[in-house]
Amino acid sequence: MNLTLYVWRQKGPKDAGRLVRYEAKDVSPDMSFLEMLDLVNEGLVRKGDDPIAFDHDCREGICGMCAQVINGIPQGPQKKTTVCQLHMRHFKNGDTIYIEPLRARAFPVIRDLVVDRGSLDKIIQSGGYISAHTGGVPDGNAILIPKDDADRAMDAAECIGCGACVAACPNGSAMLFTAAKVTQLATLPQGRTEAARRVCVMTEEMLGQGFGNCGNHYECQAVCPKDIKVQFIAKLNREFIKARLK
Amino acid sequence: MILDGKTPSGPLPEKWDKRKQEMKLVSPANKRKYRIIVVGTGLAGASAAATLGELGYNVESFCFQDTPRRGHSIAAQGGVNAAKNYPNDGDSIYRLFLDTVKGGDFRARESNVYRLAQVSGSVIDQAVAQGVPFARDYAGYLDNRSFGGAQVSRTFYARGQTGQQLLLGAFGSLMRQIRVGSVKLHPRTEMLDLVVVNGEAKGITVRDLVTGEVSSHAADAVCLCTGGYTNVFYLSTNAAGSNVTATYRAFKKGALFANPCFTQIHPTCIPVTGDHQSKLTLMSESLRNDGRVWVPKTKGDSRAPGDIPETDRDYFLERKYPAFGNLAPRDISSRAAKEVCDEGRGVGPGGRGVYLDFANAIGRLGEGTIRERYGNLFEMYGQITAENAYQQPMRIYPAPHYAMGGLWVDYNLESTIPGLFVLGEANFSDHGANRLGASALMQGLADGYFIISYTIANYLARATPGAVTTNHAEFLKSREDVACFTSKLLAINGKRTVNEFHRELGRLMWENVGMARSEASLKSALSLIPRLRAEFWENVKVTGTGTELNQELEKAGRVADFLEFGELMALDALHRNESCGGHFRVEYEMPDGEAKRDDENYCYVAAWEFKGVDKAPELHKEPLTFENVKLAVRSYK
Ligand SMILES: Cc1cc2nc3c(=O)[nH]c(=O)nc-3n(C[C@H](O)[C@H](O)[C@H](O)COP(=O)(O)OP(=O)(O)OC[C@H]3O[C@@H](n4cnc5c(N)ncnc54)[C@H](O)[C@@H]3O)c2cc1C
Ligand code: FES
Repeated sequence: MNLTLYVWRQKGPKDAGRLVRYEAKDVSPDMSFLEMLDLVNEGLVRKGDDPIAFDHDCREGICGMCAQVINGIPQGPQKKTTVCQLHMRHFKNGDTIYIEPLRARAFPVIRDLVVDRGSLDKIIQSGGYISAHTGGVPDGNAILIPKDDADRAMDAAECIGCGACVAACPNGSAMLFTAAKVTQLATLPQGRTEAARRVCVMTEEMLGQGFGNCGNHYECQAVCPKDIKVQFIAKLNREFIKARLK
Repeated sequence: MILDGKTPSGPLPEKWDKRKQEMKLVSPANKRKYRIIVVGTGLAGASAAATLGELGYNVESFCFQDTPRRGHSIAAQGGVNAAKNYPNDGDSIYRLFLDTVKGGDFRARESNVYRLAQVSGSVIDQAVAQGVPFARDYAGYLDNRSFGGAQVSRTFYARGQTGQQLLLGAFGSLMRQIRVGSVKLHPRTEMLDLVVVNGEAKGITVRDLVTGEVSSHAADAVCLCTGGYTNVFYLSTNAAGSNVTATYRAFKKGALFANPCFTQIHPTCIPVTGDHQSKLTLMSESLRNDGRVWVPKTKGDSRAPGDIPETDRDYFLERKYPAFGNLAPRDISSRAAKEVCDEGRGVGPGGRGVYLDFANAIGRLGEGTIRERYGNLFEMYGQITAENAYQQPMRIYPAPHYAMGGLWVDYNLESTIPGLFVLGEANFSDHGANRLGASALMQGLADGYFIISYTIANYLARATPGAVTTNHAEFLKSREDVACFTSKLLAINGKRTVNEFHRELGRLMWENVGMARSEASLKSALSLIPRLRAEFWENVKVTGTGTELNQELEKAGRVADFLEFGELMALDALHRNESCGGHFRVEYEMPDGEAKRDDENYCYVAAWEFKGVDKAPELHKEPLTFENVKLAVRSYK
C-alpha cells in the first residue's frame, strides 16, 4: 500500500520544527510501524537527506523507547500497543498519517521524534525503590505474599516508562507513571517500611520536574500500551493521605 | 600462550569461599578514592554499578539508551534459574551445576559454573527484597516452572516479563545510588574505545549521541557489561541496538575473544515474513512446558493444522527425545526443527516453520490457565502474525538469540588486560557451547551483585587511585582515533545504506555460519566477508555530520565492527573440527544426527588475539579439565 506521511522534523531543541510531507510507497501490511519508517528512511538516505530520527530498541513492546504520537494519539491508534508492535495492516492504502514526538513540558524535543524523558528517571531517583542493600537480605520465601497482592503489584510493575501517559494528559502529568511505582511497592510487604516517605517525595519530585498534577481526565489509561489502570492513582492518593495523617 | 583461568585449588564446593578469603579488600575510607567505569546497564551492568556504588566506590555508568531501564535485558521473558529446591523435586547446587555443564556440552569452566549455581539462590533473595513481583502460589510462596534441559522446576518468573522485572529491580537500586551521588550516569553515550595505559585498562573514549562530542573518562578499573553480539546475523531476537562494538574494540586493544563461534539459535521464534523485517521475535521457551511441537508426517501436506488428524502428525521432539520431549535443550530442538523443514515438512509461508500447539493443554487446563501463564506472549504473537494461538497452533522457527562466546575472563571475571573486567553476556565464561534457558539472567545478576565486588577489590587494592588522567598520551590518541574513524565513515558518501550492508552480512552469516556449518560454507564466508567489508569502506552512505544526533552514523560504526567480527566467528568455527552445543559442523555428526564432540582434541577454550585487520588472529588455548563430572555424550533421550 501507499501512504502519505506528515512527519515532525526538528533539527534540535532550538529549531522551530515543522511537519514535512513524505510518500511511503510499497508498504507491506506485515510491517511494523517502525519498519515502515525504516523504509522511508532508507529512501531518504539514498537521496542524501537526513533520515527521520526516532528512538527504538527492543522492537517488541517492552523497553518503552519507541513512543511517538500517531494521528494525535501517543503510542498510536491501536489500544494496548506500542508503536513498534503496531502493524501496518491496521492502515489502508491511501491513508494520511501524522507523526509527531511526545509533547509535554517535561519532555523537551532533542530531534525530530526523539524527546528527553530523563525527568521520569528523576522521579524514580527520588524514592521509587526499596532500599535493599546487596546481600544480607532474607530468604525469598521468608516473606509470604498473598497471590492477589503479588498479582496486583505485578499489574502495576508492568509500566514500561514510555511516557505516553504524560503526552496524553492535558496537564502533562506523570501521575499514572508515579502511581504505578508507588502501588507496586506499597502493595508488597517489603515496600511498606518506606511507603509513606516514598509517596510524598515521588509526588513532590514529579511536580518539581515540570509535570502537571492529575485532573482526573483519565486520558493516560486510554493510551497506556500496558493497560496500567487509573485505580493506581486512587491508591497513590490513599497512600498520600495516610502519609500525611502520620 | 596457555591461558590461566586462575581457578582456586581445593574441592569444588569450597573454591569460591577460598578465593574470597584470599582476595584483598579495599578499606571503606579508601573506596571513594577509586573510580570504576561500568559500561552497560542491562542486568549485569545495572547490578554491578549499583552494588559497587553502595560499597562506596566512585562509579560512572554508561549506556546508549536514553535511560538505564531500557537495557536489552528488559526483553527477557521466561525466567531465572536458582537452585533453591523449593518444590522439593530433587534440585541442588550440584544438580544445577551439572545441568549447566552438560547443557553447555562440556565446553565451560567447571569452577565458574559451580560458583554460579552456588550464588543463584542469593539472586532470587535479592530480587525479592527489591520488590520484584515474582509469581506466587495461593499460599504466598514463590512459584516455579520448568525450562529446557532440566528435569526439575527451578525457574522463577514474573509473568512473561521476568527480565523486565529483574532489570527494574536493579534499576531501582542504581537510581538510589545516583541520588546518593555514588554513581554518575551517562545515558545516550556510546563507548567507542578502551584506553590501555602501561598494559592496564584505565578508561574509555565515548561519543555523546546527542551532541556528537567525543570525550574520554579515566578510571582505576573498567567493567564491560555490554551484552551479546547475535545482531551480527542482522535478524535476531536481540534489541536493535545490541552490538559487538565495546567488546570488539577491547579485543583490538589486546583483550582475547573466546569462542566467538558459540552462538545460540533459539528454537521458538516467530518465522521470518519478508525482507522488510528488522528483527525476529522470541516466543519464550516456557511455552514448551505446555505447547507441543509438531509437523505433518508427510511432505507437502497443505491441510490446515486443525484438519490434520493425530495419526498424520509427527511430534518429532517427543518422538526423538522421550525423556525430555518438548523440553529438550535449545540447540537440539533448533536442529530438529531445521531437519524436518529441510525434509520439506515445514509449515507456513516458505515452509520454514513448525507448529507449537496448545490445543492439548487448553483442553486439559482450560484457556484461562493458559492465558494466565502466557497471556502476553499470545497477545504479542497475535499482534505480529494476526493469528489467534488459542484457536490454531503457533508457527515457530529457530532464530539467532544469544552469544555464549565473549571476551575471555579468568575466574575473577578479569580479561587478559589487567583492570578490564567483563560481566554478563559479554563474557564467555559460564555457558560453554550452549546456554540453558533462564540461566543468562542468573549469570548477569550473579556477576553484578555477588562476584565483581570481591574480585575488583582484589585488583584495586594493588592500584594507586587516580594514577592516570585523561591528559595522558594514550587518551589523546584514543580520542583522535575515534574522531578519525567517525570522519572516515562520513567522508565515504557512497551509494548503499548501512542497513543494506548489515542485511547482506546477516544473510551471509546465517547461510554460512548459522545453524549448520561446513568447511566449505565457512571458507566461503571467509572469502565473502572481507569483500563486503572492503565494499562498505568504499561505498557506504552515511548522511549528516558527526556533531549532532546521527543514528545512521551510530549504526555505521556498529556494522563496521560486525564486518570484522563476522570473520573472527567464521575462523573460530572453521578451526573447531567438532560439533558441540550450538556449534554444529555437518562433517561431525553421530549416526543419529547428534553433535559429535571431539574431547581428545578440542576440549579447550579458543581465545583469539587481535593482530591487525586483514591479518589472521592468533589462537591461544585454555585447556578445560573436568574433575567433578564425567565427560559423556550428551543424551536427552
Ligand atoms: C527476547 C529475549 C528473551 C530472553 N529471555 C531470557 C530468559 O527468559 N531467561 C534468561 O535467563 N535469559 C533470557 N534471555 C537472555 C538475556 O536476556 C540476556 O543474555 C541478558 O539479559 C544479557 O544481559 P547483560 O546485562 O549481559 O547485557 P544487556 O542487557 O544486553 O545490556 C547491555 C548494555 O550495554 C549497553 N551497551 C552496549 N554497547 C555499548 C556501548 N558501546 N556503549 C555504551 N553502552 C553499551 C547497552 O546500553 C545495555 O545497557 C533473553 C534474551 C532475549 C533477546
Ligand atoms: S522499541 Fe521497545 S517498546 Fe518499542
